[in-house]
Amino acid sequence: MPEPLIVARGLKKRFDDFEAVKGIDVEVQPGEVFGFLGPNGAGKSSTMRMIACVSPASEGTLRLFGMDPAVDGAKIRARIGVVPQLDTLDTELSVQENLWIYGRYFDLSRAECRRRATELLEFAQLTDRADSVVEHLSGGMKRRLSIARSLINEPELLLLDEPTTGLDPQARHVLWERLYRLKQQGVTQVLTTHYMDEAEQLCDRLVVMDQGLIVAEGSPRELIDQYSTREVLELRFGAGTNDQFGPQVVGIGDRFEVLPDRVLVYADDGEAALAEAHHRGLRPESALVRRSSLEDVFLLLTGRSLAD
Amino acid sequence: MSDTSIVLRIIPVSYLSGLGLRRPHRMIERHVMAYRRQWLIVVSGFFEPLFYLLSMRAGVGDLVGDVSVAGRSVPYDAFVAPALMASSAMNGAIFDSTGNVLHRLKYARIYDAALATPMGPADVAVGEISWALIRGQIYAIGFLAVMAAMGLTESWWSLMALPVCALIGLTFASIGFLGTTYMRGWSDMEIVNTLMMPLFLFSATFFPISSYGGWAWVVQLSPLYHGVALVRACNAGVWTASLVVHALVLLVISVVMLAWGSRRIDRLLRR
Repeated sequence: MPEPLIVARGLKKRFDDFEAVKGIDVEVQPGEVFGFLGPNGAGKSSTMRMIACVSPASEGTLRLFGMDPAVDGAKIRARIGVVPQLDTLDTELSVQENLWIYGRYFDLSRAECRRRATELLEFAQLTDRADSVVEHLSGGMKRRLSIARSLINEPELLLLDEPTTGLDPQARHVLWERLYRLKQQGVTQVLTTHYMDEAEQLCDRLVVMDQGLIVAEGSPRELIDQYSTREVLELRFGAGTNDQFGPQVVGIGDRFEVLPDRVLVYADDGEAALAEAHHRGLRPESALVRRSSLEDVFLLLTGRSLAD
Repeated sequence: MSDTSIVLRIIPVSYLSGLGLRRPHRMIERHVMAYRRQWLIVVSGFFEPLFYLLSMRAGVGDLVGDVSVAGRSVPYDAFVAPALMASSAMNGAIFDSTGNVLHRLKYARIYDAALATPMGPADVAVGEISWALIRGQIYAIGFLAVMAAMGLTESWWSLMALPVCALIGLTFASIGFLGTTYMRGWSDMEIVNTLMMPLFLFSATFFPISSYGGWAWVVQLSPLYHGVALVRACNAGVWTASLVVHALVLLVISVVMLAWGSRRIDRLLRR
């Protein structure tokens, strides 16, 4: 097994009297796409900022490429690319100037900056917008430019904090495809997301974070197999009445969960569960059988849905 | 003098390298790129002191007559011109290190982006202060050229006013940068404007320090006063020991503010 690219042990982050990250252990292998999954406030972004060497750890050890961020922060940052949660593009510069100056921050020669910028604009499908002012770009274009910018130093590790939040479905798919290409090129990626489908699409392995702690770890498939049933039956009884019908499904599947808008019944055979529900005289407004997803894993582990 | 060089050696070099001082010039490179399209904004800052100078020559000078400085009698416009030159260096440095830095820090998040690279907080602080200083220097050069054209320079010693204005720029850029790290938002820019006006008016700019009587010590608290005294001496070519004190005051303020500002920006950006 190769040396892990990131090793964190008992990593904590405190802000005054608030503990955002409460001691986590993480290892990321070279070439892997690793995800931090969790709701807002779970400590994902604080963790990412520590890994990006822009926020010192309050406690615990962190090593990237075998180096300590507290000692070799600049050396580590020279080898990573960062796509922050909110775009920090330079709005006073054009699209290609954003790439040039970023390359200069990494001490690349002007000629090299231009060469790489041309390639990256191609990669980000922004070649025809090279001279545009950044402000006039769409959300998806800005995001692609952020990713292009993070690649200017040809990083071995790419950190993406909620890469597709706020993008429309089409823009998300374009972005996912670009990230997949990078994976094929061997770029290690660490990303945070609160989108289940994104985590399932992109991540080889992920951890579920809640309230500053890691509550589960594995591949998307492993997590679903371990924490959920094969299928889920969703029953909608109409607003305000789900509470009252919830208890009547006891024993139909392995377990059940009452949400404000629906009742979830976890069962390996969803159709059989539905038949049993009908047999008991339950008449939901609508019923749906689907495969278990990471959303269900999250619900089980934290008792809350991710959208909260 | 030796005290200062020790301070200079201890504080910025070891202290700032701890905060990652390696490539402050990249910040300047970024600004040159950005201002290529907005050079008019840079040029405009030069006109305010110039208009003051023209008004002094055209009107006020005739009313006031000659002023006595260091035992010599000089026309009023020749008395005021060096002070306006020092003020223009201050203006250029302050405007860049406050409003523009605030925008880049809190709204454009330019520094957040830069710190994700090998750039460090000290690169940002030193780069920004240097840029503001350069901008102040551009105004000083323009102003000196106008003074020479109007016959207000007295000898080649006047050229010495340029490095002095660089020192003034450094002082005010360091102060402005530090102050900006404490700003909560745009409304705090009002404080800058409110402070600049009395500094400009009461730093022995328009009348000699002797005319302040018992309040002279207040004037001496103004960094601009020390800058004005230095530029005036350069323009007149009159050298006295007190100039060393004036220069030291500016130098010490600069060094302390620069180190403090770097620490602040580190706190703000690397939480």
